[in-house]
Amino acid sequence: MKPEIPFLIKRISIVTVVLMLVLLLSIFIGISIGSTQSGIGSVFQSLFSREKIDSLTGTIIWRIRFPRVLMAALVGGTLSLGGLVFQALLRNPLAEPYILGISGGSAIGAIIGILLGFARFPGVCLMAFIGSIATLILILVVSSGQTILKQNSLLLSGVMVNAFCGAVIMFLVSMTQDARLHNIIFWLMGDLSMISLSQTGIVAATNLPCFVVLFWLSNRMNLLLMGKDMAQTMGLNFKAIMLTLLVVTSFMVSATVSHCGLLGFVGLVIPHLLRLILGPDHRVLVPACILGGGAYMVVCDMLARALPQQGEMPAGVITAMIGAPIFIFLLKRSK
Amino acid sequence: MEPMVIDIKNLVFSYEKSLVLKELSFSVQKNSFFIIIGPNGSGKSTLLKVISGLLKPKTGQVNIFGIPIKNYSRKSLAKIMALVPQMVSVDFPFTVLDAVLMGRAPHLGVFGLEQAIDINIARQALEFTGVEFLAHRKMNQLSGGEQQRVFIARAICQEPKIILLDEPTASLDLAHQIRVMDLMEKLKIEKEITVVMVSHDVNLASMYGDNLLLLKAGKIVNIGPPNEVINFKTLEETYGCTLLVDESPLGKYPRITLVPKKYLSSTD
Repeated sequence: MKPEIPFLIKRISIVTVVLMLVLLLSIFIGISIGSTQSGIGSVFQSLFSREKIDSLTGTIIWRIRFPRVLMAALVGGTLSLGGLVFQALLRNPLAEPYILGISGGSAIGAIIGILLGFARFPGVCLMAFIGSIATLILILVVSSGQTILKQNSLLLSGVMVNAFCGAVIMFLVSMTQDARLHNIIFWLMGDLSMISLSQTGIVAATNLPCFVVLFWLSNRMNLLLMGKDMAQTMGLNFKAIMLTLLVVTSFMVSATVSHCGLLGFVGLVIPHLLRLILGPDHRVLVPACILGGGAYMVVCDMLARALPQQGEMPAGVITAMIGAPIFIFLLKRSK
Repeated sequence: MEPMVIDIKNLVFSYEKSLVLKELSFSVQKNSFFIIIGPNGSGKSTLLKVISGLLKPKTGQVNIFGIPIKNYSRKSLAKIMALVPQMVSVDFPFTVLDAVLMGRAPHLGVFGLEQAIDINIARQALEFTGVEFLAHRKMNQLSGGEQQRVFIARAICQEPKIILLDEPTASLDLAHQIRVMDLMEKLKIEKEITVVMVSHDVNLASMYGDNLLLLKAGKIVNIGPPNEVINFKTLEETYGCTLLVDESPLGKYPRITLVPKKYLSSTD
C-alpha cells in the first residue's frame, strides 16, 4: 500500500503555505512604503544589488521600517491567536484576547509609567507587562478552585476587572494635562511607531514558543468545544488544559501589548473571519491565525502610515475600520 | 477468573452535603447490556459519571477491568471507555466526519494529527451507525436523532471496550429510539462492547437489557435480569405511581402500562 498523505496534513500545509506567501508579500510591501520616497525599487536594490543605496534610505528601510513591520506581523499573529484561544476556552464568540482584563491591567501599568516620565522602552513596557501579569494573577486567584472551570464566572470576573481598570484609567487620564496625555492616548489606541529591532527580537523570543505550544494544544481546543464531559472522556485533562491555555495565551498577549499598546479588534475579527472561510478545526486555524493575523496587521499598519498627509494615525483605527465591514460582508454571505 | 468489566464496592458519593449515592455495590459482566433505571433524582446520571471517571467517589471502590479507576490516566481510560452524554448542543460547524474523528483523540500522537487509518476507522463507525450519508453535513444542521447517532459513532471511533450512555433515547421519536437501542445490541454482539446505559424508558430497558439496576434515592432497589427486576410491587413502590405489569406481546419480556387517573376512579 502506498503511503497516502492524510487530508488534514495536506490541508494544514496548503493553508500555511498560501498564508505564508500573503504574509511575506505584505511584509515586503510594508517595508517599501512610507512617508519618504523610497519605493519598492530601493528595497530590491538594498536586498539584491551590489550597488549600495544611500545610507539614509538604508537606515530608514532596515532600522525603522523593518523592525516595525516585523513587530506588526508578530502582534497581529499573537492577538488573532489569542482571540481564537479565548473563543474556544470560554466558548463565547465575543471573546477576544483582552476580555479577561489584560488590557486594563497593562494600560494602568503603562499610564503610570508614562506619568512617571519613563522612557517608552524599557520603562513603560516593563510597567505595562507587570500590570497585565498582575491582573492575570488576580483573575486566577479570584476564580481559583472549582470556579475556574465554569467559563461564565471566569468571563464575568474578567469583565469586572476590566471595568474597574477602566475607571482607574479614566481617573489617571483626567488628572493629566500636558503632552503626556498624547502619549497615553496613542498607547491606549495601539501604536507601532518607535519600535526598535531589539523590542521586536524580545517579542519574537517570548511569543514564538507560545505559538508552538498552542499548535500542540490545537486538537484539544477542538475537544473543548464538545463540552466538558465528552472532552474529558476522550482523554482530555480539562483543568490542566484550561490553565495552560489561559496562562500561555495571556503571557504572549501581555508581552505584545506592553510594547505596542492596545491594538484592538484584530483579536476579535480575524479568528471569526478565518473560521468562516476555513471551518472550525483549530489545527488549521492556529497556523492560519498566526500568519493571516500577521498579514492583516502589517497591511493595517502600512495604511496607518501611508494614508495621512502629515504624521500618522494609530494602527488601531484602521484595524476596525477595514475589518468590521469585511466581516459583516462575509457573515451576510455565509448565511 | 476473568475480572468483571465494572466492579463497584460500597460506593458513596455526595455533592457538597447531600448524599446522592449510598453504599452501592454491584458489578457489570463482560459483553452485557446493562441498563440503569429509576425515578428522577435517584442518582442514575451521577452513578454513570462516577463510572466514567468524571466524578470522584467519596468512599468506596470503582474497578474497571479489575484496576481501580483512579489508577488510570484520562487518556488510558479514554482508550477503553467512551461516554455519550445527554444531548449536547454543538454550535460550532464541524462536519460529521470531523466530529466522529475527534473520537480518535486518545490514540493520536503529540500534535493530534490523524492519519489515513484514523479516517478509515471513523468511516467504519459512521457506516456501523448507518449515518455515513451524513459524513459531510455540518453538525449544527442535524436533527436531534441524527446528532445522537453521530455521537454514538464518535464513541465507537474511540474503539472502547465499554460504552456509557446517558438517556440516549430521551427526546427521540419512536423510530430513532428503536434504532439507537438496536444499534447498542449490535455493538454488544458484533463488537463485543459492554454497554452501560441510563434510561427512563422501562419498556425499552426490559426488552434490551441483560441486567437492570433499579435505583431509588441513591440506593439499589433491585438488580438482575428484567423479569426479576420488573414486577408490579417493586415498580409501584419505587416510582410511586399506579401501573400494570404484564407480558409483552413479543413474549418473555415484562411490559408496563401506566394507568391514568381517570381509569383509577372508574375501577374503584
